[in-house]
Amino acid sequence: MLLLSVVILIISIFNVEFYAVVPSIPCSRLALLGKIIHPRQVIHSAVHAIMGMLVAWCAAVMTKGKFQFLAVPCTASESLDGAVQHMCLNEYHLFLLLSGAFMGYSYSLLYLVNNMNYLPFPIIQQYKYLRFRRSLPALVKHSCVESLYLVRNVCVAYYFFGYIPRAWISATTDLHADSKLHPLDTLTGLLDLSLLYHTWLCGIFLLITWHIAWLLFKIYATEAHHFPVQPTFTEETDQCLPKILNSNPPLIIKFLALQDLMLLSQYSPVRRQEVFSLSQPGGHPHNWTAISKECLNLFRDLTQKLIMQQEAAATNGRVKQPSAGELGRSLISSEAAVSEEMSFQAQRSNVSRAHMPSLVKSSLLPLKTLSTSDLGSSFGSPFSSPALNRQAGILDLNSPWHGSVQSPHVMRRGPKLWTSSSDLQMNGSHQESFPVISVARVGNEAIQPSFIYTWLQNKQEQVRSFLSKRVLIMYFFSKHPEASIQAIFSDTQMHIWALEGLSRLVAASFTEDRFGVVQTTLPAILNTLLTLQEVVDKHFKLPHASSKPPRTSGSLMDTSYKTLRFALRASLKTAIYRITTTFGEHLNAVQVSAEHKKRLQQFLEFKE
Amino acid sequence: MCSLALFPPPPAPGDVSLYEFNNALVSGRLYETLPLAFQDQLADLPVLAIPKETLKAHSRLEHSTKPAFIHHQETLWKRCLNAWRDVGMCGLLNEIAGAEEEDLQWMKRGSRWALALCQWVSSLHGSLFPHLSLCSEDMIAEFSQAVDWAGCSIRAFAWHPHTSKFAVALLDDSIRVYNSSSATVPILKHRLQRSVAALAWKPLCASILAVACQSCVLVWHLDPTSLSTRPSSGCAQVLAHPGHSPVTSLAWAPSGEMLLSASPVDTAMLVWDVSTENCVPLQWFGGGGVTYLAWSPDGSRVLAATPSAVFRVWEAQMWTCERWPTIKGRCQTGCWSPDGSRLLFTVQGESVIYSLSFSEYSGELQGQVGGSKTASIVADLSETGFETLYGEERIGGEVHSMAWDPSGERLAAVIRGSPEAAESRTIVAVFRTRNSPVFELLPCGFLQGEPGAQPQLLAFHPCFKKGALLTVCWSTGRISHVPFFFVSAQFPGLSPRHSPVAALSSSASVREQPLFSEL
Repeated sequence: MLLLSVVILIISIFNVEFYAVVPSIPCSRLALLGKIIHPRQVIHSAVHAIMGMLVAWCAAVMTKGKFQFLAVPCTASESLDGAVQHMCLNEYHLFLLLSGAFMGYSYSLLYLVNNMNYLPFPIIQQYKYLRFRRSLPALVKHSCVESLYLVRNVCVAYYFFGYIPRAWISATTDLHADSKLHPLDTLTGLLDLSLLYHTWLCGIFLLITWHIAWLLFKIYATEAHHFPVQPTFTEETDQCLPKILNSNPPLIIKFLALQDLMLLSQYSPVRRQEVFSLSQPGGHPHNWTAISKECLNLFRDLTQKLIMQQEAAATNGRVKQPSAGELGRSLISSEAAVSEEMSFQAQRSNVSRAHMPSLVKSSLLPLKTLSTSDLGSSFGSPFSSPALNRQAGILDLNSPWHGSVQSPHVMRRGPKLWTSSSDLQMNGSHQESFPVISVARVGNEAIQPSFIYTWLQNKQEQVRSFLSKRVLIMYFFSKHPEASIQAIFSDTQMHIWALEGLSRLVAASFTEDRFGVVQTTLPAILNTLLTLQEVVDKHFKLPHASSKPPRTSGSLMDTSYKTLRFALRASLKTAIYRITTTFGEHLNAVQVSAEHKKRLQQFLEFKE
Repeated sequence: MCSLALFPPPPAPGDVSLYEFNNALVSGRLYETLPLAFQDQLADLPVLAIPKETLKAHSRLEHSTKPAFIHHQETLWKRCLNAWRDVGMCGLLNEIAGAEEEDLQWMKRGSRWALALCQWVSSLHGSLFPHLSLCSEDMIAEFSQAVDWAGCSIRAFAWHPHTSKFAVALLDDSIRVYNSSSATVPILKHRLQRSVAALAWKPLCASILAVACQSCVLVWHLDPTSLSTRPSSGCAQVLAHPGHSPVTSLAWAPSGEMLLSASPVDTAMLVWDVSTENCVPLQWFGGGGVTYLAWSPDGSRVLAATPSAVFRVWEAQMWTCERWPTIKGRCQTGCWSPDGSRLLFTVQGESVIYSLSFSEYSGELQGQVGGSKTASIVADLSETGFETLYGEERIGGEVHSMAWDPSGERLAAVIRGSPEAAESRTIVAVFRTRNSPVFELLPCGFLQGEPGAQPQLLAFHPCFKKGALLTVCWSTGRISHVPFFFVSAQFPGLSPRHSPVAALSSSASVREQPLFSEL
């Protein structure tokens, strides 16, 4: 019993160590392979295999009977003197131990492949006990079926490789197999129903206990946590909601904070009132500013990420089909919208409150980092399409460390219409925030790396075209389009909560906001939401983006991360509708660009 | 307490109820028009007549393409495999039991025994919950909100929550969507769209319609700007869950995030996250299923009626529930006041309306439904005779369905006449209601359709500006709109959206002007 609880404890520790709120989705088979042989995963698998063996040993001891000991008296009675009885190897016991180890290892592999370390947040809040009770039948059923498959695999594995551990044990402990009994790695030996039944039971026991530990951890970790909006004591300042949203806590804390924001905006008028309150003394709406700023930053980051991805996809499309020009043109408009919005904010920042400039800066920041590091990583697979990498290269050049408007070289190098537009936009916005730029220096730098770059590019393409002809390599490196889309939207649960929370707060502000703190940010919120809406719409019009979620089988494993993008699309629309239906005609008085005004009008008429 | 004796007598035979004006229901001939001031309010609402004869009957009665092919004898194992795949365990047992092969006597006997056992267990189950022995069509007809679901040409009706648009489900399993601002009438048809029991538009959304079908829930994504009259079945999402059919009731969360679906066969009601097609079953044994759902307009509570004499009220934050046993029969219908603080419900076998009040909702009551201890009777609708100029009329009986208008000022109820008395008829009674400070229910009058027409379904327009607009579907296939003109006492401007936008010019040149006036 003690041993069992130690096992459970270790499994739980691994659960805690390995959890993630953002699932990691391998984009190609090579990435999956890389994950399996990652040292962390190897340790995970090894420990689980040992734990599995321990559980199997416990099970063997508990069942008594013929499985109990590794060494049993031989049945062969050629030694007539009863005093010295030979001890023989009990292969049943060995089989059980090995199957336990195998099951532990399989569990660890499945844990990785099914992303069981991902913590899915429930769509409705429920008490812990009810949640546990609800998932219990599915858990038991899943464990039984899974155990059946594992027994089959164990048998196959033992049939082929069973002699190795047996020989090893015999060699080290000087125990010999019973010559009268069938060895277990033959067909007749394996067709022992009692053995299979016990192995199956042992597997069920193992899986159920481990799954329950896993389930309980999931339930406790995703339970809604209550963050105070306004600190009652000064030492609590670090734990209050606006503070946490604006700092960079571990992701799980951020997720919980955003979930709490969504819940408070929906259910708690008292806490909403705290959000809309002014600071004392000073009279600044710090709470609202912090919350809205963080939400808007999240949306902007997502917008940027999607634009990058769409540009890459548009290039892909161009290589395959020449009619992608239209897509490019539509991208221009989105770029124009973004730049328009930015210039609008820059313009606003002169006249309005102090938080505005920080908005502009923070929206620029991801642009810079994205264009260099993010593109490099997300297009990291060296055998994707050539145009894609060239695109990354161009963006690299355009990034503030290389390019500027004054370098005509870069302008000419951008072979596509929309690239130059994004170029203009980047530089334009660049200029807004950093008006002093040394023209000559940058111009020089821009030419230098481009020569080396073209040469490298050529070489790289040659190597790539050579390698892409080899089928096996392509098998490992080919990217699964669905997986890469899933990877982009893997942390979208944050955005969904932010959307719900922010839109509900804005809607509630119509009647509850006594000081008018929300009014000042309303144009920025509308602009950001509408821009994001455009980009998301465009994303779903991409050639390989399916418009419907795939059929999910109702199993224990949660695959909700695969469909997060659909949830994002739906909640984005709902969020905009929530604001438009609450404010109605008043929205005509909000300053937004003409294009967004048209869009808003469509939302007001329920035509989106 | 309000009783039918206080009501004004029903309109004269041949007259049709037209509108309410100056606190009186006006009836007359169909061609009489509205007072001039209100004519433009109704001009664009389509008044329809969909008689039963024009609808095509079911072209195929069989559910599969089996009869189109020549029968071919396969080996037993192959047939078993097919049966297992198509029908499941029961099919497999049937197949083995009915096998003609001689050499499998023991297997045949075994499967016969197993089948008999299955039937015995299911009959036991059926005796506990009699509704389980009904076939699914009968079950829908039994629990549907439509008075005559099986025989009438209109089976379900739903107004869009924000615009002048409604959907009608018809006898031939098609759905038509009428829009006051466009002439296009999309007709929705789908392979799985059979025996539609309920329709529900998603709130805070332009055009997403959930349809409760015999085997699943279909969610249609319609493009409001599209001119096509036959959206392809690719626009429909199929939400299916094993053991959850037929679906008889649907309810969207007023915030538009979740969809609830209920089936009289399934003890769990399902909470769907429609965009990702994930569902969470809310299991609660007892009652044997869920027949009717109503989500309160403020989103805080959900009424779930069961086929037995008990209903539940769920609280929609932590999803705990309160159980309400009734004395006579099952809860037939229910409706919530606009602020979600009062539930009116009726029980089968009793001709009264009950009221149940709930404590004011504020997020602090974590996981408590907060209902009062007992329900009170607010209206007695037992049979009453009315002496009119044209003879005596008897009106009264059980309430089949109810609707409360979004401003909380009018309540309409379909009263079913008792089946024994031939002269008692099904009629719509309308009450004036007030929810605060004290709940009040006052008689308003009876609505009457064309001669021979019986009310089938009721629905209030969700955003009628001059009072309330009741849409009644009649058994003749006619859909008529009856406006009630009044000035709302609680919300003089109705919802804030309709408040006059005073001096707010939409020009962007004026910078520092307040966004909206203080309310």
